[in-house]
Amino acid sequence: MDDGYLEQFLSLFDQFDVLAAFWVNIQLTFYAGILALVLGTVLAMMRISPVPSLRWAGSTYVTLLRNTPLTIIVVFCVLGLWGQLGLVLSTDFQTNFFRLAVLGLSVYHAAFVCEALRSGVNTVPVGQAEAARAIGLGFWASARLVILPQAFRGAIAPLGNVLIALTKNSTVAAAGSVAEASGLMKTMIEFRPDVILLIFFTFAFGFVLIVVPLGLATTTLSRRLAVAR
Amino acid sequence: MSESVLFDAPGPRTRRRMVWVNVAATVVVVGIGAWVLSRLGAKGQLNPDLWTIFLTADPWVDYLLPGLVGTLRAAAIAIVTSAVFGLVFGLGRLSASRTVRAVSGAVVEFFRAVPVLLMMIFFWLGLSRLDLVEPRDLPLVAVVLGLTFYNGSVFAELVRSGVHNLPKGQREAALAVGLRRSQSLRLVEVPQALLAMLPAIASQLVVILKDTALGYIITYPELLDAARRLGSGQGNILQSLVVAALIFIVINYALTRLAGLLAGRVGLRTSGRAKAEPPSLVVATGTTPT
Repeated sequence: MDDGYLEQFLSLFDQFDVLAAFWVNIQLTFYAGILALVLGTVLAMMRISPVPSLRWAGSTYVTLLRNTPLTIIVVFCVLGLWGQLGLVLSTDFQTNFFRLAVLGLSVYHAAFVCEALRSGVNTVPVGQAEAARAIGLGFWASARLVILPQAFRGAIAPLGNVLIALTKNSTVAAAGSVAEASGLMKTMIEFRPDVILLIFFTFAFGFVLIVVPLGLATTTLSRRLAVAR
Repeated sequence: MSESVLFDAPGPRTRRRMVWVNVAATVVVVGIGAWVLSRLGAKGQLNPDLWTIFLTADPWVDYLLPGLVGTLRAAAIAIVTSAVFGLVFGLGRLSASRTVRAVSGAVVEFFRAVPVLLMMIFFWLGLSRLDLVEPRDLPLVAVVLGLTFYNGSVFAELVRSGVHNLPKGQREAALAVGLRRSQSLRLVEVPQALLAMLPAIASQLVVILKDTALGYIITYPELLDAARRLGSGQGNILQSLVVAALIFIVINYALTRLAGLLAGRVGLRTSGRAKAEPPSLVVATGTTPT
């Protein structure tokens, strides 16, 4: 590998804004993560509630969304919701695609957030709920004051895993015409096929750099916040 | 488990109240459904012709079934290759040699962190330069390779954590009867670990099947691609996508049920713990240190 080779590879970075592409992925992850967390928490509340119809609605949602490929959901958002039903989330063309992709990512990952929270609820010992009942707390009070605070702390590890998967899955937004990292990688490889390996490893390590710290932070947080039992 | 103790068996007052909440919840759900239907109706998407076409043979014979075959073919090949990859690197992570352990660990961690789509695009464009495979098979090979490296790494983690979760007595007994460490791994530990991990492996199959749909982006003719082509030909893209999603849901739901059944069956045949796992995004492999 001579100097010219490396220089030519580096000159690619002047022509293509790699960081901007990754920034799109981070933004997708951020917005979809918040929406998925809200929707997933509502679903989890529904699934542990005493009302049978809510439980049923929650588990149906999770079963349906969890078993559908994310690619279909994202394509559906663009071709179905926007193309056929005329759902417009922004008058700007690019922003519209971005928001549709966020919508698709959120509804898919909400199902997994719900399951992560439910597994958090399962880490709370039965005695905690029994004690809450015994001192006369109702469902809402015992859920809000006793169960959920412990459940969230027990759910940090699985929630972190969902966040990591969401980061990687943000590349699927390429199926929804969003210009992000995987699409830019394709363009760059097509433009300079001779340095394909370096281009691939640049992008791959970009994701490793995002995902590994997330994983480490999750592990540390879940250890530190774990309820000592 | 604690869902059942979050509330007591409802008394008469709660039962009355619950009826109202049930009614309210039903009204909300039906309301949302009705709103969606009215939106669909307003856009002409409820036109029976757009839906009844799926009751005839043509769209199935010409589009959906060939697409499904494409999906299943990619998934089947990827399952086999991921299993081989996972076994090799899983054993690598359990190896007595520190170098082999470190290399396998780095490979597994790397491929678990890289998005599958990125790998598929890389193999798709990369292999086209090398002239190793027929251009016609290129997307299939790229899909299978992408799936293999990611899911193989997950399988490797499953093998490792499966072995770590076995009771210590299994290895000690194997060594006591004079087996070498590699023999103990091969004859005693890994077979039991695989049995214990069978339910988790089965739910990873759902992930493989779902991820074949990424092939759509690199022009692999699978179910989603077939549905899109059918939809743009017949003008019923929305309906085609819904049908494709339903096919995926039915197959994946059956696989999940199978995983649950397996957990009950194999539990008795291993000293590890077989636990049914719902399909998840990331298989939690425990915090056992290497």
